[in-house]
Amino acid sequence: MLTNQEIADDLLSQFGDKIAGFEEHHEIMSVFTTVETAKPMIEYLYQHPTFQFQYLTDLAGIHYPDNTGGELSVVYHLHSWTNNHRIMIRIFVPIDAPDVPTLIDVYKSANWMEREAYDFFGINFVGHPNLIRILNIEEMDYFPMRKEYPLEDATRQDKIDALFGR
Amino acid sequence: MSEDISTQNTLTQRNQTAVMGPQVGNLALKGGVPIVSEDGRELTTLNLGPTHPSTHGIFQNILTMDGEKIVSGVPTIGYIHRAFEKIAERRPLYQITTLTDRMNYCSSPINNMGWHMTVEKLLGIEVPKRAQYIRVIMMELARIADHLICNSILGVDSGAFTGFLYVMQKREEIYEIYEEMCGARLTTNMGRFGGMERDLSKEAIRKIREFIQSFPPVMQEFEKMLNRNRIFIDRTVGVGPVSQEMALQYGFSGPNLRAAGIDYDVRVMNPYSSYQDFEFDIPVGYTGDTYDRFMVRNGEIWESFKIIKQAIENLPEGPFHADAPEFYLPPKQEVYRNMEALIYHFKIVMGEIPIPVGEVYHAVEGGNGELGFHLISDGGRSPYRLKMRRPCFIFYQAYPEMCKGVTLSDAIIIMSSMNVIAGELDA
Repeated sequence: MLTNQEIADDLLSQFGDKIAGFEEHHEIMSVFTTVETAKPMIEYLYQHPTFQFQYLTDLAGIHYPDNTGGELSVVYHLHSWTNNHRIMIRIFVPIDAPDVPTLIDVYKSANWMEREAYDFFGINFVGHPNLIRILNIEEMDYFPMRKEYPLEDATRQDKIDALFGR
Repeated sequence: MSEDISTQNTLTQRNQTAVMGPQVGNLALKGGVPIVSEDGRELTTLNLGPTHPSTHGIFQNILTMDGEKIVSGVPTIGYIHRAFEKIAERRPLYQITTLTDRMNYCSSPINNMGWHMTVEKLLGIEVPKRAQYIRVIMMELARIADHLICNSILGVDSGAFTGFLYVMQKREEIYEIYEEMCGARLTTNMGRFGGMERDLSKEAIRKIREFIQSFPPVMQEFEKMLNRNRIFIDRTVGVGPVSQEMALQYGFSGPNLRAAGIDYDVRVMNPYSSYQDFEFDIPVGYTGDTYDRFMVRNGEIWESFKIIKQAIENLPEGPFHADAPEFYLPPKQEVYRNMEALIYHFKIVMGEIPIPVGEVYHAVEGGNGELGFHLISDGGRSPYRLKMRRPCFIFYQAYPEMCKGVTLSDAIIIMSSMNVIAGELDA
C-alpha cells in the first residue's frame, strides 16, 4: 500500500527545493511546484517503476486574483491504478504570462482538458497542437471563468457574504 | 415520341439539380480548391451533426471522406454548454444538485448522489446505513436505465428497433420508482446532504420488488435478440477497437474502459456508500470493440440487478438521513410548527449554512465512467471553484482516432456504443 509519505520523500529526494510544499485534503496529497518542474515531475511519476501514475484523471484551472504573481493555477489529478493512489500536482502562473508546457506527449487525454483550461482561464499551453476554444464560441474575447467576470448583476447586495457575518 | 423523351430528360435533369443542390455541393472545398488525398483522390467533407439523429444529442463531427471511408474527423462540441462550473460559483451548495441532474440526464440520480457525497465529505457528515443502501438502490437503477438506453439505441442504429421499444418499458418502470422517491423522472434532484429527503415508501418497495420480478425475462429476451444475432455481430465485432494502452492514454473510464480489458471501477477501487457490502463482479471485455462495449454494458446491467436485490433484501432499519440539522432541510410540517426547524429551513434555503474552508475530490462510478467533483471551498456560501470531471468529455476525444478508416455506418455505431451524452460532454 503506497502512502503519501513515500511519494513525498521520493519526490523531495528527486526534485528537492523545486517543491514548494505539500498539502493533504481527504487523503489526496497536493504537491506544489514550479511551472518548469511540473512536467518533468509528472513524467517521472509516470515512469517510476512502483508509482506508475499513468492515468490523468483531470486537469483543472483555478483563478486566484489575490495571489500576485501566480494568479492562475493548474491542478493535475493523477491516478496510479496499480497502487490505487491519487495525487495532485499544482502550479501557479502569472496572469500576464500564463505559459505552461503541454502534457499531450505524456497523456493524450490532456488535449481537450488543456483546451478547456485555455477556453475558461486563458492558460497558454505551450506546444499544444490545436489550442483553440472548445466549449465557448470562437469569437469570445475574454476568459469567462476568471473571477473578474461576475455571473449575474454585480451590484446585487443580497448575496454578499460580509452582510451575513462571514 | 422523340419530344416525349426530351421532356422526360429535362424533368429528370431538373429533379437531379434539385436533389444535388449546386454543382459543387458534394466536393470538399478548402479555399475553393477541392481537397485531394495523397494519392490524388478527391475527398468529400461530410457534416455529421449538429442535429443528426444518430448523434443522440447536439454535437458536430466534420468528417473528411474518401468515398465511403472516413479519412479524418474533427469533433466540434459546446452546442449545449451551460456554464455549470461558473453558475456553481454563485449558488449555495444545495442548488448545485439541480445542475448535476442535467449533465448525464440518462442517470441523473448518480450525479445527484455523487455531488451529495462530495459535500458530505467536505462537511464531515456521516450518512446512516439505511440511507446509503437506498442510495445504492437508486444509483444501480439509474445505471440499468442508462445502459438500457445505450444498448438498445445501439440496436436502433444498427437497424433493430424492436429491442429499444421493448426495454423502454422497463426504463419507464425505473422512472416510476424515481417518481416514488422524489417526484421527478428525468432531472431528479434526488436526496439531500446527509441522506434522502424521504424514506423508501411501501409503494416504492413494492415497485422495486415488482421490477426485480419482471426485469430478468425482458433482459434475457433482449439479450437473446442481439447477443448472438448474426447481423448484429457482423456489424459490431471488430468495429472501433480500443487497446488497453489507447484507453489509458485517452483517459477512458467506465464501461468503455472495461471493454478494453482493464477492470477499473470506482465502486471497487474507492468504495463509497457501502458498496463494499455487496457481492458483484466487474465484467470486462477483450478487444474494446463495439461488441465488447455492448456486452460489458449488458453484463453490468446484470451486476447492478444483483446489487439491487442484495440491497433490498438486507435493507437496514434506522433513519434515512443523518442528524445534521444545519445542512439537512427539515420536513415541511416541522417548519410550520417548530421554531428551530423554521430557523434551519431559512438558513439552508438562503444558503447561510457554515461551510468549512477546505478542498475535496470525490469520484463515483457514473453511467459512463468516473464522475468526479473537485470542490474547493473558501468558507463562502458557494464553492470557490467546482471542477466536474465528466467522463464523456474526456473519452470522446478518442473518437476521431477510433473512426479513422471505417465506413460512415460503422462510425455511427462506434459513437452510439460509446454512449456520449451531450449534456455531460458540454456541461
